[in-house]
Amino acid sequence: MDVNSFLATLTNKHKITPVKTFENGADELYVETNQAGFGAFCLALHQELCSPVMAMFARDLDDKFQIYCAFMNFQTQTWVFVTMKILKTEPEFKSIALQIYSANLFEREIKEMFGLHHLGNPDNRRLHLHEEVWPQGFYPLRHDFIPPNNEPSSAEYEFSLVEGEGVFEVPVGPVHAGIIAPGHFRFSVAGEPIINLEIRLGFTHRGVEKLLENKTPLECLKISECVAGDSAFAHSWAFCCALEKINRINVPDKAVNIRMILLELERMYNHVADLGGIALDVGFSPAQALSAIIKESIHVLNEKLTGSRFLKGVNVVGGVAKDLDFTAGKRIVDSLIQIRRDFKELETILMSSVSFLDRVDTTGVLRKKTAQDLGVYGLAGRAAGIKIDTRKGFMPCYDQVDFKLCSSASGDALSRLKVRMEEFSQSVNIICQLTEKLDNGKIVADDINIKPGFALGCVEGWRGPVLYWVNLNDVGKIDRVKIVDPSFRSWQGLAYAVLGEIIPDFPLCNKSFNLSYPGRDL
Amino acid sequence: MSTLIKLLFSRFRKGLVTTSVDADNIEVIGQDLKKLISAKLKRSFNIREVDTGSCGACEAEIIAANNPIYDISQYGISFVASPRHADALLVTGPVSKNMVMALKKTYAAMPGPKLVISCGDCALDGGIFKGSYYVAGGVGNILPVDFHIPGCPPSPKDIIRIIYSFLKT
Repeated sequence: MDVNSFLATLTNKHKITPVKTFENGADELYVETNQAGFGAFCLALHQELCSPVMAMFARDLDDKFQIYCAFMNFQTQTWVFVTMKILKTEPEFKSIALQIYSANLFEREIKEMFGLHHLGNPDNRRLHLHEEVWPQGFYPLRHDFIPPNNEPSSAEYEFSLVEGEGVFEVPVGPVHAGIIAPGHFRFSVAGEPIINLEIRLGFTHRGVEKLLENKTPLECLKISECVAGDSAFAHSWAFCCALEKINRINVPDKAVNIRMILLELERMYNHVADLGGIALDVGFSPAQALSAIIKESIHVLNEKLTGSRFLKGVNVVGGVAKDLDFTAGKRIVDSLIQIRRDFKELETILMSSVSFLDRVDTTGVLRKKTAQDLGVYGLAGRAAGIKIDTRKGFMPCYDQVDFKLCSSASGDALSRLKVRMEEFSQSVNIICQLTEKLDNGKIVADDINIKPGFALGCVEGWRGPVLYWVNLNDVGKIDRVKIVDPSFRSWQGLAYAVLGEIIPDFPLCNKSFNLSYPGRDL
Repeated sequence: MSTLIKLLFSRFRKGLVTTSVDADNIEVIGQDLKKLISAKLKRSFNIREVDTGSCGACEAEIIAANNPIYDISQYGISFVASPRHADALLVTGPVSKNMVMALKKTYAAMPGPKLVISCGDCALDGGIFKGSYYVAGGVGNILPVDFHIPGCPPSPKDIIRIIYSFLKT
């Protein structure tokens, strides 16, 4: 469906016409509407495209605010943004979350960070700035924001209360027993089964999006690598991708190949670590030990190839900073032979243990409909039957490699485990295909001059699509970056998946998702 | 049963994977660290890890220090689940304002004498996140820090080496 017929459908079928539409680059369509039409447009797109809200964010234009709402168009593999402007004197907008639930978290975030009230949305809980430490009336992402000067805050977060005979609450966190990031989980339990789980996060909020403002792309690149340490490469690539789209930079083929190899290595070390983590959470430590050995060997390979165990400092705007030549390719293939052998063994150990399978099978089911409504994409979504991988279509560089989209239908911990196993094997295949293509080509584009503009960068990290919407101002500095880590939406999926399970299975369910705290908290 | 047999065979095939902290210096680092812990801390050194806003890379490396390759527990260092069992608090990340209270409470729950170790560049002074409206600074702004492990993130070997060099002094 091309742009014109697409817009014609909206006009004819839904009786709505935009104020203005324009294309930004090859794969982004912006539909500007007035305040009254915004909700109708979002709903029409949501229904036509069958896409949840992939990102929704505001931007301070100094005299106005602008709100963007992004959807995926799977047919043409493009992005559609609905935008509207809001006067500063009336900082409010009509909530769309009542029709499109996946917008809820984003609306709450806009309210918290910009002070724009989401009319009609009853959910006022904050996501990042905790009520106990951050007083009301300070909106960090406004341009005229001045931090509070030690003003006390007496407000308190209100947990949803589950009442009834025999219902009791189990609060856990923020400091957990393991070596893990902080978060608060409040279980409401009646007897054994969990009847409600409220997840309160934000403990690792560092103000990343504000920190990126008015910085040069180079400075921001470093920060993007520290948004989520286990997805450092996906995040920095998504940031670079946005900048490359803004400035129409043609990244040399070799650099793209190197990026793909490293992204798959990142996927592999995380997937295998999670397999071990799932095994450990049911007390199956030999499998965990083997997975830790495999993970370590990938880290060692990463360090040999790039100098960083977490692939930091590799991505630069226009290419990569570390060259991988033919010998490096051979080294990768040699390492992969051993890694693949160990991984096969891990697979056999896990899949042949009946007591292990008994714990993961049918545990923590996330239903497809729930995942679709919440916008849980990426690994957790694929395991629940949502066959979407942005490497297929939304990242054109992956067209040159042959790989399978791995998915499962049952949505339980076992299916997430299986999808990880399959994706690991697929990643090995992808890397083997790419190492043959490592030639002596250039690794950074020549003509890099930073121009003002905006674009969306999308990279399928190991958890799912990592999105960076970047707007550069006239002097080539960052005006606004919106980061959407897949964890942001997927945390809600976990809260649904554990319903009916027992608390001792929570660590298992949690690990089978293994969502990012810092990526969600920003 | 078959799994157990497979496991057993695989163990034999794989052999020993654990490497010393410093291959050339095994006597110096590994055995010395063990002796130091034995003498100074009465046989074991228990660490409680707290993340106050780290990106997760430091945690990954601390977990890696516990893997079969580095096996930090062979020197008498173990990571415990509760601050009440801990000799030292290992803090990673810049201190997010949301974590200030939790960090103080964790410290208060420890039995004395208590050590505080800051781990990673962010924990020193906020690092890359220094100056953010929501970062209360490095760990040193909240708690008395005894020593620091630099790096972004510090590798498992760095973590072990620096704990060693601190205990030596």
